[in-house]
Amino acid sequence: MTRIDAKFAALKADGKKAFVAYIMAGDPDYETSLEVVKGLPAAGVDVIELGLPFTDPMADGPTIQLAGQRALEAGQTLVKTLELARAFRENDDTTPIVLMGYYNPIYSHGVERFLVDAKDAGIDGLIVVDLPPEEDEELCIPAQAAGLNFIRLATPTTDDKRLPKVLQNTSGFVYYVSITGITGAANAVATDVGPEVARIKAATDLPVIVGFGIKTAESSRTIAEVADGAVVGSAIVERIGNGDSPSEVLAFVKSLADGAHSA
Amino acid sequence: MANDLFNSFMTGPDEQGRFGQFGGRFVSETLMPLILDLEAEYEKAKTDQSFWDEMNHLWTHYVGRPSPLYLAERLTEELGGAKIYMKRDELNHTGAHKINNVLGQIILARRMGKTRIIAETGAGQHGVATATVCAKFGLKCIVYMGAHDVERQKPNVFRMKLLGAEVVPVTSGRGTLKDAMNDALRDWVTNVRDTFYCIGTVAGPHPYPAMVRDFQAIIGKEAKAQMHEAEGRLPDTIIAAIGGGSNAMGLFFPFLDDKEVRIIGVEAGGKGVNNKMEHCASLTGGRPGVLHGNRTYLLQDDDGQILEGFSISAGLDYPGIGPEHSWLHEIGRAEYVAITDAEALEAFQLCCQTEGIIPALEPSHALAHVTKIAPELPKDHIICMNMCGRGDKDIFTVARALGWDMAESD
Ligand SMILES: Cc1ncc(COP(=O)(O)O)c(C=O)c1O
Repeated sequence: MTRIDAKFAALKADGKKAFVAYIMAGDPDYETSLEVVKGLPAAGVDVIELGLPFTDPMADGPTIQLAGQRALEAGQTLVKTLELARAFRENDDTTPIVLMGYYNPIYSHGVERFLVDAKDAGIDGLIVVDLPPEEDEELCIPAQAAGLNFIRLATPTTDDKRLPKVLQNTSGFVYYVSITGITGAANAVATDVGPEVARIKAATDLPVIVGFGIKTAESSRTIAEVADGAVVGSAIVERIGNGDSPSEVLAFVKSLADGAHSA
Repeated sequence: MANDLFNSFMTGPDEQGRFGQFGGRFVSETLMPLILDLEAEYEKAKTDQSFWDEMNHLWTHYVGRPSPLYLAERLTEELGGAKIYMKRDELNHTGAHKINNVLGQIILARRMGKTRIIAETGAGQHGVATATVCAKFGLKCIVYMGAHDVERQKPNVFRMKLLGAEVVPVTSGRGTLKDAMNDALRDWVTNVRDTFYCIGTVAGPHPYPAMVRDFQAIIGKEAKAQMHEAEGRLPDTIIAAIGGGSNAMGLFFPFLDDKEVRIIGVEAGGKGVNNKMEHCASLTGGRPGVLHGNRTYLLQDDDGQILEGFSISAGLDYPGIGPEHSWLHEIGRAEYVAITDAEALEAFQLCCQTEGIIPALEPSHALAHVTKIAPELPKDHIICMNMCGRGDKDIFTVARALGWDMAESD
């Protein structure tokens, strides 16, 4: 059982929805992002998604693209991202960390070595955008063998025929992408998302968390009402990009978390 | 030999879209169903005579195929060695090989009921070809082009606009071809229902590398037959320039099982293949990685971050290379070399002066390598190089590089 599994079991026992926050590691610099990440659990974040910067984030909109560029310019790397997770773990051994990014930095590091290093740094799960089930041999299967969850994205284009394939080697939770599009673009609409979540839940026992296009406390609540939880990324990252201080960013995160938790 | 499946180099990719370890389908889940649909449609079309009838008709009457195989006599004399033939794909409608592939993809798009076509472009040749075919069929066309390339390939930007396409300048990254491809993929993830992504080279997720190769293979098929007619035999060496690798794959593919034919791909060496990475030579100076849907050789740093390439030629300015080339490189069936900007510029001028052909900067790289090897080869050695584009689009760049002021001269 990973920290992710434990966290969702506890939320379920309490009858609570999950709030997941995405932060780009090293944005705008290592120290500031570590300070924000350390403050997330107290702001009500149940699961931390830690962005691994990459030069070519093909599924991300301008907000997260720019965050990645800021991080890379400040010298962030995969190794430093694992270091950041390790530094967080010094004071927190329960909040799950999911590393989210693209395959090339991991492939470049070496999959086997990466899995050892990630586990050792206290990473609990992986979301790798450009690894669909067709490429499961690459990382998904080795990651599960190494005791890390591999969290898959399901999307509006994942039809009923394809859904079993997407769910097959997924663990931890299922991340439902609420829109066809890139991060930070359109707004998620609860009345569209609800039936899709129900469709996925009918096919799996895993929690289904919804992300992409959730920007306010209100939408965090309405989306969490029709799912097992909500993810917010771009709206938080945008504030970091605007130069908000860590305490300002965390206050905003708290409002989003309160939204999801009131569902 | 060609019938011996176990010894053939022409059977790839496998069901996973792999050429050896290269290729694959590294895309987000949103796109996965779309590329599976495309693959199914392409598999159907491949063996459908009516599809190829339509292609052949347009190749003949719209593009002007077959393109000539031309013996470059003065160049041969000047270099004093091997006999040099040029496959004249620069004579195609729109001025490059790109349209061979665009026709195939647009016919597929029409069969799939897609009404909105998106494309990425570097030099603008693929963008122009896509805009052209979209105009012909009345399809909406959006072309993503790096802001830097919009600057250095102005004539092509205007051509696309005349043809009714919307040109979107891409400012992310360094504003070149790789960034244009990222934004095209972002568009496709957003507009999944009505949009067809027409990729301009043998890269991207499976089935693109195989499909684009098959459409471009008309170059090599014609060259082989024409060479037979002219010389009664195969060429000894075939040479092509490589950006993503589509004109090269098109020439090479029909010759892969003719093991006596030496195959050479020419990458853009920019200012030199050095550790400052001022080049685009993915095979010469890169290592395997995953980008834009496939595993291939890439220019990247120690952390797996993709590096921006550098070349005087916008069409070669891509940090990756089609996965089939990576495979041919690793198994040693093809050789890959790099040519610098300066060498390409020299070959460009030589071609103008000896043959009366203004080549694009891309095939000037292939030609530069010809000028290096031809003098050392015997007179009965036959080289076939792919003259895959004409240089009209490049005259401003070349003028600048040669210190010629277009504004004040007549
Ligand atoms: C004339 C010409 N040659 C070559 C290329 C490079 O592409 P590829 O390597 O796919 O042939 C381009 C790309 O724009 C081009 O315009």
